[in-house]
Amino acid sequence: MHAPKLNRRQFSAGLSASLGAIVIAFTLRPEGALAQAAPLPGSLNNNRMLDAWIRINADGTATVFTGKVELGQGILTALAQIAAEELDLPLARLTMISGDTGLTPNEGVTAGSQSIENSGTALRLACAEARAVLLELAAKGHGWSVDTLTVSDGVITGPNGNKVSYGEIAAASAGELHREATGKVKPKPAGAHKIVGQSIPRQDIPAKVTDGAAYVQDMRLPAMLHGRVVRPLRYDAKLESIDEAKIKAMPGVVAVVRDGSFLGVIAEREEQAVNARAALAASARWSGGRDLPDPSQLFAHLKSLPSQDSVIGVKQASAPALASARTLEASYTKPYMSHASIGPSCALAQFKDGQYTVWTHSQGVFPLRAELVKALKVPANMVRCVHVEGSGCYGHNGADDVALDAALLARAAPDRPVRLQWMRDDEFAWEPYGAAMIMQAKAALDAEGRIADWQYELWSNTHSTRPQSTSGANVLAAWSLAEPQKMGPPQGIPQPAGGGDRNSIPLYDFPSQRVVHHFIAEMPLRVSALRTLGAYANVFAIESFMDELALLANADPVAFRLAHLKDPRARAVIEAVVEKANWKPGEKSDGLRGRGIGFAKYKNLACYVAVVADVEVDRQSGVITVPRMYAAVDAGLIINPDGLTSQIEGGIVQSTSWTLKEEVRFDTNGIRTRDWSNYPILTMPEAPKVDIALINRPGERSLGAGEGSQGPTVAAIGNAFARATGKRLRDLPFSPAKVKAALA
Amino acid sequence: MAISIRVNGASREVAAEPDTPLLYILRNDLALNGAKFGCGQAQCGACTVLIDGKAAYSCITPLSAIGTSEVTTLEGLGTAEKPHPLQRAFMDEQAAQCGYCSNGMIMMAKELLDRTPRPSEGDVRTALAGNLCRCGTHNRIIRAVLRAAQALGRT
Repeated sequence: MHAPKLNRRQFSAGLSASLGAIVIAFTLRPEGALAQAAPLPGSLNNNRMLDAWIRINADGTATVFTGKVELGQGILTALAQIAAEELDLPLARLTMISGDTGLTPNEGVTAGSQSIENSGTALRLACAEARAVLLELAAKGHGWSVDTLTVSDGVITGPNGNKVSYGEIAAASAGELHREATGKVKPKPAGAHKIVGQSIPRQDIPAKVTDGAAYVQDMRLPAMLHGRVVRPLRYDAKLESIDEAKIKAMPGVVAVVRDGSFLGVIAEREEQAVNARAALAASARWSGGRDLPDPSQLFAHLKSLPSQDSVIGVKQASAPALASARTLEASYTKPYMSHASIGPSCALAQFKDGQYTVWTHSQGVFPLRAELVKALKVPANMVRCVHVEGSGCYGHNGADDVALDAALLARAAPDRPVRLQWMRDDEFAWEPYGAAMIMQAKAALDAEGRIADWQYELWSNTHSTRPQSTSGANVLAAWSLAEPQKMGPPQGIPQPAGGGDRNSIPLYDFPSQRVVHHFIAEMPLRVSALRTLGAYANVFAIESFMDELALLANADPVAFRLAHLKDPRARAVIEAVVEKANWKPGEKSDGLRGRGIGFAKYKNLACYVAVVADVEVDRQSGVITVPRMYAAVDAGLIINPDGLTSQIEGGIVQSTSWTLKEEVRFDTNGIRTRDWSNYPILTMPEAPKVDIALINRPGERSLGAGEGSQGPTVAAIGNAFARATGKRLRDLPFSPAKVKAALA
Repeated sequence: MAISIRVNGASREVAAEPDTPLLYILRNDLALNGAKFGCGQAQCGACTVLIDGKAAYSCITPLSAIGTSEVTTLEGLGTAEKPHPLQRAFMDEQAAQCGYCSNGMIMMAKELLDRTPRPSEGDVRTALAGNLCRCGTHNRIIRAVLRAAQALGRT
């Protein structure tokens, strides 16, 4: 197999101590100097030394560093492909080190489909430049001219046939890569790619399907203890009392940890910690806490809250729409949704000699450390956060929170590592959800049935309360300590990427349009980043409304879209999916079956995806099934075709689950979603078959794709239902109750 | 107290209370990583093992219930170097994203293929109905099980 090595440093304390020395080798430029330096592409801009990214070892292997982390999306394999390609090294000779505050570049969080664009760009340029440095050194050492040299598998061949390996050069001239990147060495043209563009098998899969230690959940350190935490039923409730003596007397209990209203327990064995948690929960008395809104009035409540309004995407037509224009209005909603990771969040922490080491599946080890430092009140150099993969997260779930919980427990048991895995209800009830949203659209058609004017408003909370807040700390336990931190102020994400307003500006060419984003600061339920942020809901609304307008214009939905769309790459994915699905304009429905289309360019910046869904409706039970979906994708230059396919099909199936089933349950007294029975997701018999066409664009830069298919999917399902039944579903999820109400 | 159980063909002594869920024994006492904690309530299937060849949720199975039965975990099927045809098929189909559900999918599929060596796609979907996958890898998992069935049929 070609797979590069996954670094296993996290499982060996001795090795991590020795690797810790590398950190000195790539001290970053001081911030003042950074401000004056010429901007460099991707993450190279903030991590400018070549050896922050790539080191050549004397044995001819290379160590590649990235601040991005594996979340099951296959990113480390894709990044290794890029590095190996530019270095002309076989993949098997690469070792990837990722997400470690002691070792790797700081690339913020692994989110927003940006790893290929940011880390991939940095690695491509850094490795191309490293290769050029190696060639120069070889030329100098042998009196060769650089342009006469060839490289294969890490061996440089001179004009006379003499050879020198990367390893030999590295041994002879250590430290040569400790120089600032120029970003000026041209990477290979796509036509020369041998590794990029191949479906290289994922390096992490063998361990995951056999006996490997693949997850932070699988770490087992010597003398390790097990922790569990206890939280109240209501947000912000205050801990009044516990029966500490009783819990302490339970078998195996090492400590009951209480700091303000943070409550946890540590035991020798995991089941002892679980039993002690149950007893602790039964004995704990809480007071106060915040009422939640009445769920039946949620959307009215959200709209009643103060909002900061911004007007975006304005286009002013030269001539106003005719007064006789046909107009249409519609309103759509999306509920709170859970990340619903299969494995509850987990972390290990060790407090030793005043230093914390935290093994975490956080999406951003540096931002997490920034919050831990505030909550634990220690300097940054006393906390090291090391990424180890966890269960898939799909955004900001409990990963960061459980890391602080584990550190707080570890502080109470110095020297001994503490492993804490949240229980199912900890994760469901306390994670930050994807925000509920309201979208209102209004449009006018001209006499030719074209959209003359488009008005769109959306109401949403923030879509990121991630760690590294501007003030306070965005980790759960920090808010309830005896000396608490405030939750960081909720912030929007500016356009063009956007937060709640992500994808709220249509890609279509309307002569006149106006989009208003009502940003609601107050959060009735805790919310943060869930895959696609606002894009899922905005694409649902925009693409549903496009179909409603097509109906009004008596036009085929595909033809109607193409009539409003100039971007050739957008048109190409729509045309490709139409061909793949054998879409027939004007196809009649039998009242039970229908097909629909949805399209978006994710963030209006990343990949283009068009989806066609086939749905079947059981009018008796109200159950919608989606037997098959088709997609066409343009993500620029494809790094790993199978990896791209996997991300797109995963997004389609996950979005089908969101669309048909998902909604966080709560009442005024607290969160009611506490296990899978009150948060059902799509099961194996219900998963649609997916058929995907990839459009490779070797001349275009690679675009993120992990979040490209979710918006088009919901829209395609909604449009297919409307085509099947003649009724429109505008409130998510499309539950049997809503279907029956629509058909009644 | 010490209790003796048979796991992956060997007899193992564990010092734990009889009501301890088998999952914790496997993971913590026997250092077997395959079975995963997902929900603790038999709702997701991540902890699936075979007990006398029948799929069981190890998160709700107490140690005391094992008796003389034979427990088989993911480790009992094969290794990365010498994988079982099901494990091989999951690699060949790249049938994992985060992979946290893989253990349960493979163990449940093992029970299916032992019972029904030539399953239809519908059989596979039904057999795996109680195993939750969140990444949307469903189609690859189904393909992997069908591929393994073919491979097993040839041997």
